[in-house]
Amino acid sequence: MTELLTTAVTRRRFLIGAGGAVMVMAAPSARAQFVAEGEARSAAMRAAIKAIVGENSLPQGRIKIELPPLVENGNAVPLSIAVESPMTDADHVKAIHVFTEKNPQPNVAVFQLGPRAGTADIQTRMRLADTQLVVAVAEMSDGSFWRDEVEVVVTLAACLEES
Amino acid sequence: MAAARALINVPPKARRGEVIGIKSLISHEMETGFRPNATGQLIPRNIIKEFVCTYNGVEVFRAEFFPAVSANPFVSFTTRATESGTITMTWTGDNGFHASESVAITVE
Repeated sequence: MTELLTTAVTRRRFLIGAGGAVMVMAAPSARAQFVAEGEARSAAMRAAIKAIVGENSLPQGRIKIELPPLVENGNAVPLSIAVESPMTDADHVKAIHVFTEKNPQPNVAVFQLGPRAGTADIQTRMRLADTQLVVAVAEMSDGSFWRDEVEVVVTLAACLEES
Repeated sequence: MAAARALINVPPKARRGEVIGIKSLISHEMETGFRPNATGQLIPRNIIKEFVCTYNGVEVFRAEFFPAVSANPFVSFTTRATESGTITMTWTGDNGFHASESVAITVE
């Protein structure tokens, strides 16, 4: 009896110890890779934004982006964007750019509008591959740029499943 | 290319200077080019790249789409009703995709 108990404990201890060792060995590299991929992708988003904005400042304001905070299905996420602007010949929104942080490609869409639009108020539907940041940038007729961003939690990602 | 079903919604009548809402929807798979098929090979990209709305021949709105736009692209935007005439929407994309839809508007 004593012998059996000792064996059992030893075996359990061994398994716990071995499991822990495997986790310690595997976890850092997988995590490092995940973090590295995430950083590479958000760097891709920053590069895509810089390609539009250049060296201009990009303050938050005037533009408002709305997405559901929690998304069940990332294949069709309603997105609405509104920019505060009189939309006159002298002062209007020239374009609205949408970017994501963790989709395979940072660009989502570009909308070009002008004074004839009357308002800068756009709705569309987009794909989200992961829980991530979505950024909208408004390009104004006076050359200024404004941004808004929203963090979206996605439970079922788009783009990943086989057809 | 099979004819795509496009739906556009424009108010038939408007007052001069009124800002009207326009909605457009077109059937298209918007294949991203990032998805593998059953054998692990990537399915080639097939998306609509451009959407243009003209009002009596003058461009009033344009959108450039990337693969992150959902299948069956939907866009809602506004324009100012300036005169009676025709509002035309055109979609162009990969593999020579082209679709166009027009609607008449009366401005009083």
